[in-house]
Amino acid sequence: MTTPAAILRTENLTMRFGGLTAVSNFTIDVPQGKIVGLIGPNGAGKTTVFNMVTGFYRPTEGRIFFDGQDITGLQPHMVCRSGISRTFQNIRLFSNETVLENVMIGCHVRRRSKWWMAPLGLPSFRAEEESIRRKSMDLLKSVGLERFAEEPSASLSYGAQRRLEIARALATDPKFLLLDEPAAGMNPQESQELMAFIRNIQKRFDLTILLIEHDMKVVMGVCEYIWVLDYGVKIAEGNPDAIQSDQKVIVAYLGEEYVKYAES
Amino acid sequence: MLGAYFVFFGIALFNLPWGVAVIGAILVSSFCGILVDRVAYKPLRSAPRISALISAIGVSFFIQNLAIVIFGGIPRPVARPAWLVNVIRVGDIRILPLAIVVPIVTLLLVLGLLWIVYRTKPGLAMRAISKDIETTRLMGVSVNKIIAFTFGLGSALAAASGIMWALRYPQIQPFMGLVPGLKAFIAAVLGGIGSIQGAVIGGMLLGLIEIMAVAFFPHLSGYRDAFAFVLLIVILLLKPTGLMGEKLEDKI
Amino acid sequence: MNARVRNLILNGLLIAALGAFLFWAQNNLDGYKIQVLNLIAVNAILALSLNLIYGFTGMFSLGHAGFMAIGAYVCALLILPAAQKQAMWILEPLIWPLSVINAPFFVAVFSGGLIAAFFALLIAIPVLRLGGDYLGIATLGFSEIIRVVLTNLSFITNGALGIKGIPAFANIWWNYAWLVLTVFFIVRLVNSNFGNVLKAIRDDEIAAKNMGINTFFYRVLSFTIGAFFAGIGGALLGSLITTIDPMMFRFVLTFNILMIAVAGGLGSITGSILGSVVITILLEWLRFVENPMVIGSFQIPGVPGMRMVIFSLALILIILFRREGIMGMREITWNTLFSLGRRSPERNDKGGETK
Repeated sequence: MTTPAAILRTENLTMRFGGLTAVSNFTIDVPQGKIVGLIGPNGAGKTTVFNMVTGFYRPTEGRIFFDGQDITGLQPHMVCRSGISRTFQNIRLFSNETVLENVMIGCHVRRRSKWWMAPLGLPSFRAEEESIRRKSMDLLKSVGLERFAEEPSASLSYGAQRRLEIARALATDPKFLLLDEPAAGMNPQESQELMAFIRNIQKRFDLTILLIEHDMKVVMGVCEYIWVLDYGVKIAEGNPDAIQSDQKVIVAYLGEEYVKYAES
Repeated sequence: MLGAYFVFFGIALFNLPWGVAVIGAILVSSFCGILVDRVAYKPLRSAPRISALISAIGVSFFIQNLAIVIFGGIPRPVARPAWLVNVIRVGDIRILPLAIVVPIVTLLLVLGLLWIVYRTKPGLAMRAISKDIETTRLMGVSVNKIIAFTFGLGSALAAASGIMWALRYPQIQPFMGLVPGLKAFIAAVLGGIGSIQGAVIGGMLLGLIEIMAVAFFPHLSGYRDAFAFVLLIVILLLKPTGLMGEKLEDKI
Repeated sequence: MNARVRNLILNGLLIAALGAFLFWAQNNLDGYKIQVLNLIAVNAILALSLNLIYGFTGMFSLGHAGFMAIGAYVCALLILPAAQKQAMWILEPLIWPLSVINAPFFVAVFSGGLIAAFFALLIAIPVLRLGGDYLGIATLGFSEIIRVVLTNLSFITNGALGIKGIPAFANIWWNYAWLVLTVFFIVRLVNSNFGNVLKAIRDDEIAAKNMGINTFFYRVLSFTIGAFFAGIGGALLGSLITTIDPMMFRFVLTFNILMIAVAGGLGSITGSILGSVVITILLEWLRFVENPMVIGSFQIPGVPGMRMVIFSLALILIILFRREGIMGMREITWNTLFSLGRRSPERNDKGGETK
């Protein structure tokens, strides 16, 4: 992987939980501005990689570099501050807040006013609150949810909740977006829309996007480069065509028995 | 507290022999525990955990205040069977039988509890519920019955300890269980939530530290009750899972 | 005129109406009813402070009585005349400079809150790493430690004897003024995006962290501000009932405040105020079961302790059957009141949270 410059680089990332090694020596270079994918069978350690990158887990070994800075072991909110945002495998919205409030919460990380300006009602504070509101409404418009702005977030449909989670992640002004199984539970129509949506936001917000996904149509359709993880170990990497015909990948997903059966 | 009061009334009202009163009191307390679970905790199984905690606090106050209304708030002395309090002389040593009986009974109760939890079906169900209640339900276990059984068991043990407490400090009043109950919780946290051996060790450690602290620093005796809480906070900061507890990870 | 100016005017009118009501009450109601009004205000402040910590930020703190105690003792020490202090501190003489220090009432109450907040900060930093039930028991532990310490530091607090004859500066004007201030502060904070951040921490702390929120900082902040107002409430309470002693600040006191916050609705400011009105009046009204009643020619003897039995039962019933209390997480605002009158097709019928 050469051009462009790597926005995210991991070196020998390893995660051990007691006796279990979830991820082992994971080294990747994610080029800036691309849409890339991380795939592998269930339990391969993909979300663990996400959790390490976002600071939720402290890697047992290895380092993570973002935009040239070593972010290994930083607290999650500091990682977000440096420009990485994510969505979750099981949607984690703020269920008691409205749709708009969810996005506004995402805007918090970039604000400049202090908390004590709130009770004082300073004009600069009020202006910032207003601009947060506007920015959040714009984000809702870009994901097509603006008419639900005052609805409780828990009342949205599943697909809409996923879009809201992405809008919230975008509100943190990220340079790098991690999407954890964004197409989960979607029908083919919705997956198509999702693919277009991902390409759209990448262009519009100048992002680098790394996705974890099981839906191969989405992965092959939208990713320019793919890494494959199996039992915590990177077993293959390359563009979609290379991955699809890679023997090791096929074995990992379908199992050796099937491959032998298919070949016979 | 209820255990102690039931013994008291068993003897005073029904003239039961002491042993029978004790067993009766434990059974009645156990029944009360099952009743409380059925009425105040079961409806909250699917609610956020804090709701059950608030309900428990409410029940605790309810029972204690009800006891004031029914039994009266004035502390009452309890009768103790002679064989427990008459000092035995062995040569120059004076032994209080109570001081031997209590640890032995405790040991027997703990062993009994360990046997139930680790060697019987209901015990296995209990442990399964604590790990994953939904799956346990799906495995065909009647979760409500097991939880009721657990409360019955727990209340019986609480009654037994209340009775032993009353033997040691022979005055009962409706709020006598408040501070020991709190310290019991602290002991459980100290030993590690989820570990019975831990709870026992925690309890003994806590009692020991309290007595020793007052013995070594007599001018701090006014702070005695605070020691348990200080210990609690220290443990929660250094090793929140307790001495022998299990570690719980968040999964996202 | 836009909504903001309209709301400002309406709020002004509301405060004026409150002032008029207090003036009328002062001149027309008997001492007992005025005392109940006073208690309602103080309880509302206390419930709001607990609600900020628990209802809005999701931290189950049972340490309120401790912060109230600190506020009460600080305030009392600052408003008692020096001569009285010298006479009252029997166990050990009150140390200097506390023996001579004196301050105007506002400063005394404010200091009570400030020092309570200071101790909350000390406690928060180690303890707020815990969650859920553990936080509850740890804060309860601290509350008890504070109480035991207060009982033993006779040279500051007069120990178990407590302090009597505290000047009764806390009349309805002071109490309601402090209530208005408290409501103002908390409303402004909670309605801003900072309030949303606190609620995010309550709803899903992990997601909040990943969205760039320094959850530890905001939990400590919420806890400290809550303790500040608990101290204010404690200070006012001390001056209101004119005697304080450590036994007053046992867990039962926290339980009462928790009850008010739960009954009103955790996560609702109007809920805490309404809850205070309802529960304070209920508690006073329940006194009748403890006094002998005469119905016709029958005399039913009073049952001491029945009051708390009914009270605890009420809490259990609320938790079982209406966990969200009176208001749930909703608020009554000028906006909601106006939209009730208006017949607009896009109106949100669910009565969801509005600003």
